[in-house]
Amino acid sequence: MKTELLEAVAGKSLKKDIPYFEIGDTVDVHCRIQEGNKVRTQIFSGTVISRKGRGINEMFTVRRIVNNEGVERIFPIHSPNVLDVVATRSGKARRAKLYFLRDRSGKATRLPQRHSKHTIAR
Amino acid sequence: MAMLLGKKVGMTRVYDEAGKLVPATVVQAGPCVVTQIKSIESDGYNAVQIGFDDMKPSRRKKPMIGHSHKASTVPKRFVREIRFPDKSVPEANLGDSMTVADFSDIQRVDVVGTSKGKGFAGVMKRHGFGGFPASHGCERKHRAPGSIASHCSNAGTGPGPKKGKRMAGHMGAVRVTSKNLALLSVDPERNLLVVKGVVPGAAGSYCVVKSAK
Repeated sequence: MKTELLEAVAGKSLKKDIPYFEIGDTVDVHCRIQEGNKVRTQIFSGTVISRKGRGINEMFTVRRIVNNEGVERIFPIHSPNVLDVVATRSGKARRAKLYFLRDRSGKATRLPQRHSKHTIAR
Repeated sequence: MAMLLGKKVGMTRVYDEAGKLVPATVVQAGPCVVTQIKSIESDGYNAVQIGFDDMKPSRRKKPMIGHSHKASTVPKRFVREIRFPDKSVPEANLGDSMTVADFSDIQRVDVVGTSKGKGFAGVMKRHGFGGFPASHGCERKHRAPGSIASHCSNAGTGPGPKKGKRMAGHMGAVRVTSKNLALLSVDPERNLLVVKGVVPGAAGSYCVVKSAK
């Protein structure tokens, strides 16, 4: 009873159709960014290394290398500020959390490509 | 003034218009039934008594069953009064039902509840005292209250520490009012009020929701 009511309240904030992507995919995350009065879209692209949480608390982590420095961003999947997540390349991953990528650098950070139907080539 | 009795369901999060994730407490409020109308003539003050949460009549004593029977309802677990100023006459009839629909155009609410009991708590937890260092020669008094009185500070005014000196003791399980909380949404279908922030008490405890003054 308790969970049902809480889910009913949080459910109104959930997105109806969340974009499909998998762990290990290279994705473009379209974020809505407010700068003063202007609203623009910024794209953060990288590898999805984890996805956790349920319902409104569901989050995914995207990792990329910027200037030889690893950068990770955690996005709430249902946030209105995450406009879209486009999978551009599918990577072969045998585990649900790719935290081992944090210890790698250079070419080793790339996952072997897997050909998958849900990805849209850039 | 809108007022309803309710039960804290629990906490969750919702997105506001700006896309920010805000903490929200869900309160199941009403439907409440008017069980008695008090007037200056008969009781000395104007008030409306409302009840919430049905209980089995067999669990209540007969006078209480009769009391709710007058309002043609069953005994209630949680009963409170809404006070009205002496001059105004409350517009309510016995057996009237009150729902969250009364809150549909209200922006801010006060919520009264009983806070979670913390048991016998020390001064650091209860009053936010600083305690003593963990090291540098501090021995057996890391969370102690320190000196509670001296001849100097009390200026010889009498025996013992000052009245109201903050000390260790029972904490929590008292009536607490959370004031001016934003009302995020109202769900008349499920009798829910969604309030921004925290509401006193554990999930499942009773609370009173009023429109903020």
